[in-house]
Amino acid sequence: MIKAILIFNNHGKPRLIRFYQYFAEDMQQQIIRETFHLVSKRDDNVCNFLEGGSLIGGSDYKLIYRHYATLYFVFCVDSSESELGILDLIQVFVETLDKCFENVCELDLIFHMDKVHYILQEVVMGGMVLETNMNEIVAQVENKISPSGGLSAAPARAVSAVKNMNLPEIPRNINIGDINIKVPSLSPF
Amino acid sequence: MALKIVKGSIDRMFDKNLQDLVRGIRNHKEDEAKYISTCIDEIKQELKQDNIAVKANAVCKLTYLQMLGYDVSWAAFNIVEVMSSSKFTYKRIGYLAASQCFHESTDVIMLTTNQIRKDLSSPNQYDTGVALTGLSCFVTPDLARDLANDIMTLMSHTKPYIRKKAVLIMYKVFLKYPESLRPAFPRLKEKLEDPDPGVQSAAVNVICELARRNPKNYLSLAPLFFKLMTSSTNNWVLIKIIKLFGALTPLEPRLVYSCVHVVKYLGLLAMSKILKTHPKSVQSHKDLILQCLDDKDESIRLRALDLLYGMVSKKNLMEIVKKLMLHVDKAEGTTYRDELLTKIIDICSQSNYQYITNFEWYISILVELTRLEGTRHGHLIASQMLDVAIRVKAIRAFAVAQMATLLDNAHLLTGNMQRNGICEVLYAAAWICGEFSEHLENPMQTLEAMLRPKVATLPGHIQAVYVQNAAKLFATVLKSQEGNTDSTAAQETSQLMIDRLPLFVQSANLEVQERASCILQLVKYIQKLQQKDVEIAEEVNALFAGELNPVAPKAQKKVPVPEGLDLDAWINEPPSESESEDEQPKAIFAKEEPKHSRPRHTEVDEKELARRREARKQEQANNPFYIKASPSSQKVYQDTPGVEHIPVVQIDLSVPLKVPGLPMSDQYVKLEEERRQKERAEKKKKEKKKRKEKRSGRGKKHDSGPESEEDITPAHQVDIVTEEMPEVNSLDILYFVPLADSEKLPVRSHRETPKSPAEDGDTENAALQEPKKKSTKEKREKKKDKDRDRKVYDIQGNLQDGSQVVVSVIFENKGDSFLKSMEFNVLDSLNSKLQRPDGSGPHDGLTVPFQLPPGVSNEARFVFTVQSIIMPQKLKGTLTFIVKNEDSSTHEKLDFKLHFTCTSYLITTPCYSDAFAKLLESGDLKGSSVRLEGVNMPFHHLLARICFHHHFSVVERIDSCASMYSRSIQGHHVCLLVKTSGQTVSIDAKCDEPTLLGNVLDEIKQTFSQC
Repeated sequence: MIKAILIFNNHGKPRLIRFYQYFAEDMQQQIIRETFHLVSKRDDNVCNFLEGGSLIGGSDYKLIYRHYATLYFVFCVDSSESELGILDLIQVFVETLDKCFENVCELDLIFHMDKVHYILQEVVMGGMVLETNMNEIVAQVENKISPSGGLSAAPARAVSAVKNMNLPEIPRNINIGDINIKVPSLSPF
Repeated sequence: MALKIVKGSIDRMFDKNLQDLVRGIRNHKEDEAKYISTCIDEIKQELKQDNIAVKANAVCKLTYLQMLGYDVSWAAFNIVEVMSSSKFTYKRIGYLAASQCFHESTDVIMLTTNQIRKDLSSPNQYDTGVALTGLSCFVTPDLARDLANDIMTLMSHTKPYIRKKAVLIMYKVFLKYPESLRPAFPRLKEKLEDPDPGVQSAAVNVICELARRNPKNYLSLAPLFFKLMTSSTNNWVLIKIIKLFGALTPLEPRLVYSCVHVVKYLGLLAMSKILKTHPKSVQSHKDLILQCLDDKDESIRLRALDLLYGMVSKKNLMEIVKKLMLHVDKAEGTTYRDELLTKIIDICSQSNYQYITNFEWYISILVELTRLEGTRHGHLIASQMLDVAIRVKAIRAFAVAQMATLLDNAHLLTGNMQRNGICEVLYAAAWICGEFSEHLENPMQTLEAMLRPKVATLPGHIQAVYVQNAAKLFATVLKSQEGNTDSTAAQETSQLMIDRLPLFVQSANLEVQERASCILQLVKYIQKLQQKDVEIAEEVNALFAGELNPVAPKAQKKVPVPEGLDLDAWINEPPSESESEDEQPKAIFAKEEPKHSRPRHTEVDEKELARRREARKQEQANNPFYIKASPSSQKVYQDTPGVEHIPVVQIDLSVPLKVPGLPMSDQYVKLEEERRQKERAEKKKKEKKKRKEKRSGRGKKHDSGPESEEDITPAHQVDIVTEEMPEVNSLDILYFVPLADSEKLPVRSHRETPKSPAEDGDTENAALQEPKKKSTKEKREKKKDKDRDRKVYDIQGNLQDGSQVVVSVIFENKGDSFLKSMEFNVLDSLNSKLQRPDGSGPHDGLTVPFQLPPGVSNEARFVFTVQSIIMPQKLKGTLTFIVKNEDSSTHEKLDFKLHFTCTSYLITTPCYSDAFAKLLESGDLKGSSVRLEGVNMPFHHLLARICFHHHFSVVERIDSCASMYSRSIQGHHVCLLVKTSGQTVSIDAKCDEPTLLGNVLDEIKQTFSQC
């Protein structure tokens, strides 16, 4: 079983957290910090597996992670999962994100956390792997987003268009240059 | 109601959505906490509103804040509200929030039961899906108990999407409400065989998780999983099943096997990789690997075999082979058995039998292997037998005895004979018995065995060997019998030959026929002599005297150069310049004299070659030491000593022994000589390799042996050793290096050559071309009317159609007026026609599909059909257009000429040197040449210029000599040989169309006269 999925950036800022076991919010934050601490001090050329931290799971748990440009994708799993399998799953997940967001970058994850969650829900459900076929995942995500995105999203889009026109803070917001780092072509390992 | 919606939308306009919130937080880095607390206040306000959209938006923002570590459990009720929205988008937000922050002690969960049940049974599969996903995260024992039935129903939903989710969530339900397991299990098991792979995978997933907790209850499923494992293509399923077996094996050791065999294969594969770098470490696992040979799985056995190959040593070879032999006996299925057989032979023969300590053993292994029924590797065994018998002198007696038995029992093999190649072994046996007949204990018996009528059923080439070796045996038998002073016995032997040989004379196989009739005649003659009581055994034996000695291709290298012999010194006067050129195609040691290497001259024509061939033949015929091998004359009388020190290595006896020689005659040698010479000449051309004929101190010339190892034809294989060792040269090959970077051709650019108005329309083309592009481009530009209009054009050969040329014209308006209604017209010639749209007359102009404002340029393309491309052409044309000024407009006309040069029909086509050589050899090409004087540029510039302007590609270049190639759009080959000395450049050219060639050469000449 997968116990948690954490995505955070090079500074440890969470971009998506998904626990499949209950932890209180402050505990969750602590786990993120600890995981970040464990993962970030490792070189990119060492292996992608890490015996679990003390907070989550204990001895039976492993952290399996991949580092893409500015983001860490960390899966915390127990011994019933194959390390290589999960590593492949991360790749599938990231490739799916890349397909859904068309060249995914950290900004996409920041502003569309909800959508990332919906995509993840098609991959992992309740801590168990639901689907590993990327085409299948993408198809499901698109199926669900487009029917809803059709009629019901129209007023919402109009609203956001109006907002974008009037609000004085918009220009200020545009020059967020620092985080606009694309995830480069997702190289296989 | 409508008002409410509008109001809601307006409200929302002033609300922050998730993106606004994220943006806001990012803009308040210093006082993030403060900013967020105001946001939370806003969210609280929003949650108080009735509008579900506003609420959903608020909940969405809360989900984000939850990620940042804020406790949002206070909004649980609102989340439930959003979950129950009828709109999927809102419902989804609600379920997401719930899955992020609900847990067993969240009390509002109780309120959700009915809502979830409603969603689960929703006709919309996405509602159902989102409910299942959410539930999987926050299912409580109560929810599990209440909803277990609903979920079980969903396991048989029509949509696989729902089925797989339902199957997966069952695990969570089982965890929270274990009682549900028993009733649900049969259905879960059913799902293992669901038609949808996703559902299957989900079921495997769940069962694996369950089995991990309590393995023994799931043992009964092992066969089912085993079936899945062998049939599934889904890696996830495989991984899970292996994991599951891992959990089950402590209870059922038999499972270890099935699971281990996957791992074993991988392990062996890994080992074979390690073996390459660390042979020692793998060798210690020999026993383990030998065990793998017993494995049921063929791929594992094959892997293990591969490993064994690398593991043998002198010490363990016999042991390993013994094991392998056991397996050969056991092996079922010919593929694996054949694989074993080849491996045994490979293992034994590797590195020149390095690991074999006892050849008697090896021979017996080979003999044992012949007992294999239906193998197709008889040939391999045969060649091993021959190789060993020839090269290991000490073993010959033993080998001959073994082979004699084999021949005697040939009928045992005959059963397989037609089907398979094991009878090839008889070929080796017959040859060995014949060649080394002096070791035979009972030559007479063997002779008889070889002349049995049954032999006639063997394949022709084996019969031939039989016949030939029967003759050898006959000689031996004769010798022993004559010694006995019992002339009748000898005559009987002759009679036996005379009786039996006619069977072979009638053979359908020419080889057999020829040998048999020759030998029959010989024996008849011998018989005659015998009847006159002439002792002839000695003479008959002389026919086959001497020893065959295989010589390795590189043997020459190992022969020390005698003292006082300077191989580099000229023996005769150095030949004149022209002669040395003649010699070049023969051979050059590139390392010694790289300067001399140059490509084959195109002008070396057939006549010249023939003359030289004749001369060489003469020379060789006069050379008493010049003896060449021929396929039919393997044997040479050869009593001279000094053979022993020739290293005998690496020979491939696959074929040469097929035709043990008829007595060699000069004629044979000569014929063979000629054949080989021809072959060599061809090869040389093909490979562009140069060899140098080496001159020995005494002026004896030996032709070299095989050209290179890979293209040795068996007939060349075994060179005969004479007192003078044949120079078996290792062939120093000179590969022509491609042009270096510095020699790369210029890049195409638009060259603009402004002309005076007087010259207008008749400028000579400057053909510019990108060397690698397969199109021809010509450009010219025109100016007219105070630079009002300018045109540049390209002519491109159309590759698809040999008769089409595309002319792209760039029109540029350089004046201040507006140009419109442009019409492009060309006066067609018989040969070249402008392609006009259907329905228009032959003299109609083509409308240029655009207008030109001042200073604007545009391109139009026109297609011409050209019938013959062997002559250059000029087409006259006019461009009519309307010049529009502010106040007036005038109709104007511009004359121009399009120059289709012959080079514009050439297309740069790369050509490999071997193809080039073949082309030249074909003799279809006519030659022509041209000399350019006063060309003052580096050679590579010169080449680049030809490539660039005339669309050639360099085939190869050596020093000041280069061969070039191009092709016309109609497929004419144009080959050039460009040589330079000083300021003179001579170009010899060949082309299948002399007119085209002449024109191309003229154009080349023109190009260089311009510079």
